[in-house]
Amino acid sequence: MKLHEYQAKQLFREYQIPVPDGQMAKSPEEAKDIALRLGGDKFVVKAQIHAGGRGKAGGVKVVSDAGEVFKAAQSIIGMRLVSKQTGPEGRLVKKILVERGADIKSEMYCAFLIDRSKERVSLIFSTAGGMDIEEVAEKFPDRIKKIPVDPVNGIQPYIARELVFSLGLNPNLSSSLYNLLSGMYRLFTEKDLSLVEINPLVLTASDELLAVDAKINVEENALFRQKALSEMRDPDEEDQRERMAHQYNLNYISLSGNIGCLVNGAGLAMATMDIIKYYGGEPANFLDVGGGANKQAITEGFKLILSDTRVRGILVNIFGGIVKCDVVAQSVIDAVREMGISVPLVVRLEGTNAEQAREIIKSSGIKLHYCQSMAEAAEQIVRLAIQ
Amino acid sequence: MSILINRNTRVIVQGITGDNGKFHTSQMLSYGTKVVGGVTPGKGGQSVEGVPVFNTVSEAVKKTDADASIIFVPARFAPDAILESADAGLRLIVVITEGIVPSDMLKVKYSLRGKNVRIIGPNCPGIITADECKIGIMPGYIHKKGKVGVISRSGTLTYEAVYQLTKLGIGETTCIGIGGDPVVGSTFLDLLELFNGDDETECVVMIGEIGGSAEEEAADYIAKHFRKPVVSFIAGATAPPEKRMGHAGAIISGRKSTAQSKMEYLRSKGIKVVENPSQIGDTVWEILKKK
Repeated sequence: MKLHEYQAKQLFREYQIPVPDGQMAKSPEEAKDIALRLGGDKFVVKAQIHAGGRGKAGGVKVVSDAGEVFKAAQSIIGMRLVSKQTGPEGRLVKKILVERGADIKSEMYCAFLIDRSKERVSLIFSTAGGMDIEEVAEKFPDRIKKIPVDPVNGIQPYIARELVFSLGLNPNLSSSLYNLLSGMYRLFTEKDLSLVEINPLVLTASDELLAVDAKINVEENALFRQKALSEMRDPDEEDQRERMAHQYNLNYISLSGNIGCLVNGAGLAMATMDIIKYYGGEPANFLDVGGGANKQAITEGFKLILSDTRVRGILVNIFGGIVKCDVVAQSVIDAVREMGISVPLVVRLEGTNAEQAREIIKSSGIKLHYCQSMAEAAEQIVRLAIQ
Repeated sequence: MSILINRNTRVIVQGITGDNGKFHTSQMLSYGTKVVGGVTPGKGGQSVEGVPVFNTVSEAVKKTDADASIIFVPARFAPDAILESADAGLRLIVVITEGIVPSDMLKVKYSLRGKNVRIIGPNCPGIITADECKIGIMPGYIHKKGKVGVISRSGTLTYEAVYQLTKLGIGETTCIGIGGDPVVGSTFLDLLELFNGDDETECVVMIGEIGGSAEEEAADYIAKHFRKPVVSFIAGATAPPEKRMGHAGAIISGRKSTAQSKMEYLRSKGIKVVENPSQIGDTVWEILKKK
């Protein structure tokens, strides 16, 4: 689960990670009031959406007085921000963050994440900040350090010293960097995060570290023990169909194609999307109805798929292991009868009782195409969806 | 031969009195697995499917001489259950549970490092040695004793591949679902090392997916040390970035960990990569024919 920047910065303050003074606003009036209260002659107004690339898309403005903050807020709130991370449909901006601007001497990068191959929480630090960290890794590999953290000892002062000396930073920064790193690490572990990232981490004109941006992803599986964080969820930032699916214990993700798929199991669901593409089609969604594939799951799955008006055909792909194909076939027939599906439907059932399933579908009189092989099913739905 | 489990493996079921535990105990028993006990705290003395239930794993191990366990307990209690099994001296722990917090799994692995215990999963279908022993939730009948080892991050997609092998008459030695989580007990690499030493396994099918770099690390090992042909499919070529595709670990972050980059890497290490998942069995067939 992603947090907004302003929420992440609230957490930063709790962990003594230095952030600019500022506050979230929902209207230009609020924004102006915040600016007046902050005082000074440099303000940053930032769109709060769950996607990066806001600056280039016009979602971040630097201005010099409260009147200009009002105008900047007016132009940002209500705009549809299209960045390379939002997709072409963009994201409606409802909230902004108004902050005091910083005098920036240099920009760095700092993050903690779970390094899957090292099986440790790792610290990633770079003296090249404000840009895509993967780009940094490619272009300036000697300016980036990756340090796996010992789970027992956590962040130790020597780690900050190591960074300062090996990256050629001012040695006086060692202790403030140590405070920042240990705050971030404690935040990461205590709040069950999957990512905490500061990009850029700024060195100000007065040689202080300052997190001018903040990104936090919370581990979904841990939300049961992070009640305060789960209340920070912003439903406006989430796909409505994905949320609906969640309520029925289905896993649904919208894609851009026109062939709906309904599958049991996540790996098989991905493979089904892939094989549709392999035969020249475009999948409209990922949908894993779970190993069981019962009637309710199938009915809700069809509803989700058909709520996308671009869908021109549906491929049901169920591998019956513990769940029996004849039972699944009956559920599909019942769901189709109940809902009246008008787009072409290809049903592929393989595994336990696949033969009985064929008979049941044949004798049902329902217009659908039954296949036993995945390749045949994919070829057919692609052909039917194009017609 | 086979790897990790065979007809002599003695299994206990943690969470045996729950719906899943009960159902799969009966399924495992009918496959021929020696399920010798179960554990549910507070329900010691009962029995499920004729299998005695104990309060603790250590008691179950003492009374039954078990050497492996399968875990069905809910996610928030699962790390505790794994540590309990390891502490009781079990050498193989299969974790079916989905939804364990990855950082909890990191801690579990950290405290078990250097110990003689192997974890399979979490969030996996388990492990099966065809016609001998099934410690998992996969349908038994689709397996047939044969020549191919299967390692996969997925569940039903593994069944798909296994069934292709079985229908072609090739059959399998041991099939392992390593799980769809970002942090798993055993990686492709760990299990390839075991298959390398198994004479019966002539070929290995490796089913990977987007996210992480476990496939790439396996490929490096295969290129240097693995003595058998490997056929691989990587799921998620059509997956969008930054979205969890059902499995917690199936997420493309940044430019790496895409299906395309994995396939390319595997090919560069001499691994046969199939792009059409219905061709896994046929591809293995072609390779074994040439041998």
